[in-house]
Amino acid sequence: MKFLPLVWAGLKRRKLRTALTFLSIFVAFMLFAFLGALKEALGGGVSMAGQDRLITRHKVSLIQTLPESYKNRIAPVAGVGAVCHQTWFGGIYQEPKNFFGTFPVDPEVFLDMFPEYRLKDPEKQAWLATRTGAIVGRMTADRFKWKIGDRIPIQSPIWGQPAGMTQWEFEIVGIYDGAKKGADTSSFFFRYDYFEEARQKNKGQVGWYTVRIANPSLAAQIAAQIDENFANSPYETKTEPEGAFAAGFAQQIGDIASIVMAVVGAVFFTILLVAGNTMAQSVRERTEELGVLKAIGFSNSRVLVLVMLESCFIAILGGFGGLAVAWLITLGGSPVPSMLPIFFIPTNNLVIGVLLAIALGIVAGALPAFQAMQLKIAEALRRGG
Amino acid sequence: MNPLVHISNVTKTFKRGSEEIHVLSGLDLEVKEAEFLALMGPSGSGKSTLLNLIGGLDRPSSGTVQIGDDRVDQLSARQLAAWRARHIGFVFQFYNLLPALSAERNVELPLLLTNLNKTARRAHVAAALAAVGLTHRAKAFPRTLSGGEQQRVGIARAIVTDPTVLLCDEPTGDLDRKSGDEILALLQTLNKDHGKTVIMVTHDPHASARASRTVYLDKGQLSNQSAP
Repeated sequence: MKFLPLVWAGLKRRKLRTALTFLSIFVAFMLFAFLGALKEALGGGVSMAGQDRLITRHKVSLIQTLPESYKNRIAPVAGVGAVCHQTWFGGIYQEPKNFFGTFPVDPEVFLDMFPEYRLKDPEKQAWLATRTGAIVGRMTADRFKWKIGDRIPIQSPIWGQPAGMTQWEFEIVGIYDGAKKGADTSSFFFRYDYFEEARQKNKGQVGWYTVRIANPSLAAQIAAQIDENFANSPYETKTEPEGAFAAGFAQQIGDIASIVMAVVGAVFFTILLVAGNTMAQSVRERTEELGVLKAIGFSNSRVLVLVMLESCFIAILGGFGGLAVAWLITLGGSPVPSMLPIFFIPTNNLVIGVLLAIALGIVAGALPAFQAMQLKIAEALRRGG
Repeated sequence: MNPLVHISNVTKTFKRGSEEIHVLSGLDLEVKEAEFLALMGPSGSGKSTLLNLIGGLDRPSSGTVQIGDDRVDQLSARQLAAWRARHIGFVFQFYNLLPALSAERNVELPLLLTNLNKTARRAHVAAALAAVGLTHRAKAFPRTLSGGEQQRVGIARAIVTDPTVLLCDEPTGDLDRKSGDEILALLQTLNKDHGKTVIMVTHDPHASARASRTVYLDKGQLSNQSAP
């Protein structure tokens, strides 16, 4: 502790340079944290995917529908516990920018299939009792200030107008929360029986099936069995684990993980050069001062530690600062809730960020510290004089 | 008095490319405890090199350097650092204060290597600054101090650990005559009143006149010595 003022004095020596180095590290770590949040937002479904759930969709593409009757052919497959279907509705509230995931579902089976959606029991009962009832995630409810009892008009660019009505209209009967951090609370679910009755095309067709299996280790066999059931039919299927399905969905945008890694890698390499150069320059400029410290009794190893502390101090201050500010900003929620409903920095990213900041300080300071340690006193004092 | 510094048959050779430069050749020197020795000689005569050997900043190519009971030439780098912290106080020509630290923090530097707590360190710093007459400038940073004041801070830093020997390399070389005289008077006081052994490298006969003995170095050898 008593050496900290000395470390601080080293950093204060060139205030502007220290401030610029701090800022570059600060921004790099903020970027790292935001990219982590973005990666989570785009691939969040992967981490939230249930180990015991499979997705069965049309073999050609997700936008091709499947017969509703498939449910009765999937359920008897050995190892299958429950089957639930969903369909993409494409809900828009008032104007296109107010877009969010909207799905017609069978309420009871759906809530049983997805325990990560937490709905109060009276609200569940209200949903079962209300044919036009819908439940909405907390985030979207807060976004549009909806409350239970509100009647909400929703447009669907896919399904057009419902039979006998000019628009789809739903009554909010429940607002669900996520049972764990990262659960999507932006979606809107309404009853399939109402949807089936009111839609004017593709009746009897659903988007995909979610299948719960008793033993995740048998996922591959069960998926193959399901697909085999529908082989050579007009509606062949592709069944895969929910995580793989979500990853495939995210891959449509690009290999987010690789993009994030590439950007972070490039940024950190640059920052490493910046911080390393700063420390090397600082040591070069202080050759004489380091010589004096050694002359008055500072050992080589103590001088090495002092330079390393300086390097780590600025890296940790900038790194932790960037992570903290990014974390505080993400507490305010997603900047584009309609596109990225889940937006938070995963804890493991924060931990990795902290470790990276420490590593940056050590790596950037290593060579200058070693040079400072090797400095010959008489030579250093001669250069100064 | 017994010799405190005992240098025997010391040589120091530097290599510049393939050329060998003999800076000190078979030099013998003894300095008694509480002596004020001036080392004089032309540039390149080996004065600073000799001072560096006495202070453990460099090692002789051959010969022995003994200060008190310690064979300085045989200590490891780590032992030398600890030995310097305990026994040697350096005063440099260009003061060599750390610009980002105040006068009192500069003086405190050698004490950071001791086990003294903060309060004790502060007390030692105050005493050292008082000894050089700079109590009122304790909080000042080097850039706001005059050359003479900076050198007095340098002396305070050198004496704050109460070292055995004060090694001064041209302590007045960068000062005007008045400030230089003040510094020399201060060194004399430390020598006479506090019993400090002072070894001072200088070009200036006016400065060497303050010493109790002057030795002359030429081409790496002592040419003659004035009587103590």
